[in-house]
Amino acid sequence: MFSLRALVGSAVVAGFAASAAVASDVGRPATPEEIKLWDIDVRPDGQGLPAGSGTVLQGKKVYEESCAVCHGVNGQNGIKDRLVGGQGTLASSRPIKTVGSYWPYATTLFDYIRRAMPYQAPETLSVDETYAVSAYILSLNGLLPEDGKLDKESLPKVKMPNRDGFIPEPEFRTITNSR
Amino acid sequence: MRKVDPSNAINSKTPQHKLMGTITPSDLHYERSHAGVPDLDPAKHRLLVHGMTEKSLVLTMDDIKAMPSVSRVAFLECTGNGWENWKTADGNLTVQNTHGLISTHEWTGVPLSFILDLVGKNRRSTWMLAEGGDAAGVARSIPLTDEVMAEAILAYGQNGELLRPAHGFPLRLFIPGWEGNLSIKWLRRLKFGDQPFMTRWETARYTQLLANGKARQFQLVQEINSVITAPSGMMQIKPGHNRITGLAWSGYGKIERVEISTDAGKSWKQAQMNHPILPKAQVRFQMDWNWDGRPTKIVSRSTDDKGNVQPDRKAVIDRMGTNALFHYNAQQTWSIDEKGMVRNVLA
Repeated sequence: MFSLRALVGSAVVAGFAASAAVASDVGRPATPEEIKLWDIDVRPDGQGLPAGSGTVLQGKKVYEESCAVCHGVNGQNGIKDRLVGGQGTLASSRPIKTVGSYWPYATTLFDYIRRAMPYQAPETLSVDETYAVSAYILSLNGLLPEDGKLDKESLPKVKMPNRDGFIPEPEFRTITNSR
Repeated sequence: MRKVDPSNAINSKTPQHKLMGTITPSDLHYERSHAGVPDLDPAKHRLLVHGMTEKSLVLTMDDIKAMPSVSRVAFLECTGNGWENWKTADGNLTVQNTHGLISTHEWTGVPLSFILDLVGKNRRSTWMLAEGGDAAGVARSIPLTDEVMAEAILAYGQNGELLRPAHGFPLRLFIPGWEGNLSIKWLRRLKFGDQPFMTRWETARYTQLLANGKARQFQLVQEINSVITAPSGMMQIKPGHNRITGLAWSGYGKIERVEISTDAGKSWKQAQMNHPILPKAQVRFQMDWNWDGRPTKIVSRSTDDKGNVQPDRKAVIDRMGTNALFHYNAQQTWSIDEKGMVRNVLA
């Protein structure tokens, strides 16, 4: 049942509760196949990672073709965000925030590349290419060996150097609510 | 004065010093996007609502517009507002440069709480992923506090018309008082979960690096703030009567008091506030002032109904350091020289 208390302001809604009942017919159920197409997020525990895999070596090729033009050779000195290095600089007057120095979760790398990269053609890399280029970026940061490989089992296990570098606001550490 | 490259104009700032009242004209609402503005056909646009819910639903814009609507006047503020002044103060900046990343509109749409009822949100769901249909698929995890569930809107209208493309047409989330980037534009998906999803935006981007190298995360509320919009940076005033005016706001609630100092913070006088004074909306304040022609500094500070007082710069830097990039809400000081030239300074 819709709560009138939820309405900020006041006189906005006469007859609001009545229409809420009608609205239960609104929309249509999403099919599982449909949800699969939209449901692209990946959590730190690996939930959402698809089947597939990619190696550092394969990732180097993907990176050089699709990423280096903006992020630079080896993830540095590009026109856009630096991806490599910067470890040990966060407490300095000139912090360098990169995947290696700042990002707390390796899973976020997969999630972000899959949804947003390459910038001019997002969602064009295959699942295997996404694993591969994630592996390559992690290897450039010394977090995966040169013969390394990633899949949905191994990616969540990569421990990022700055994993414990974040302090969530106290009010949002444990969410309590009334509904 | 700083010129804007026309190709960057899509990332625009609001010219606070040229506006009256508190409602920002739609054309002058600041714009920030992460991968351009998508060209979405409202007839084809769909919203998927799923996750920890009884039902997974696909909603069309027709579905959404058939639902009961609410309207609310509230500010939207980019968390980078004020970031020009973290480390140094460029004396050639206007208030549009320093504080142009906030605007106030009337937003119209469906209350989030209506959608929660519609899909049957699981009682144990405490976080919601909101995802946009732009090229970056910008996604943020939103804690489902009672405040958010009561106040968030799935908005399709701004200032009495449909959303502008750059502001999320045909549908955006709007969360009053919180970081602008949480009010996901071009909204295509809401997913209910029981933990944050840790997207790039809430880890690598919108986190505040402190002096000790640790970073504050989920600092979501836009803190109490105010700025004098006239006289302000790059203006020139004359001795004698001047009217000081400006804007104050707080993501925590309603502005209760604005004080102005015309002697660099030594003494303060209460400014008059114009009605309406709405929670989580900008408030217009003003005060008469006779300038004696001697160099001085003017500054404003606001207080809200939750007891938050806008901090001075020293308090902000002591707490946050100078690397935080976001959430700079220190009192803004304008210096005035013997010729009446107004300049941006740190304090």
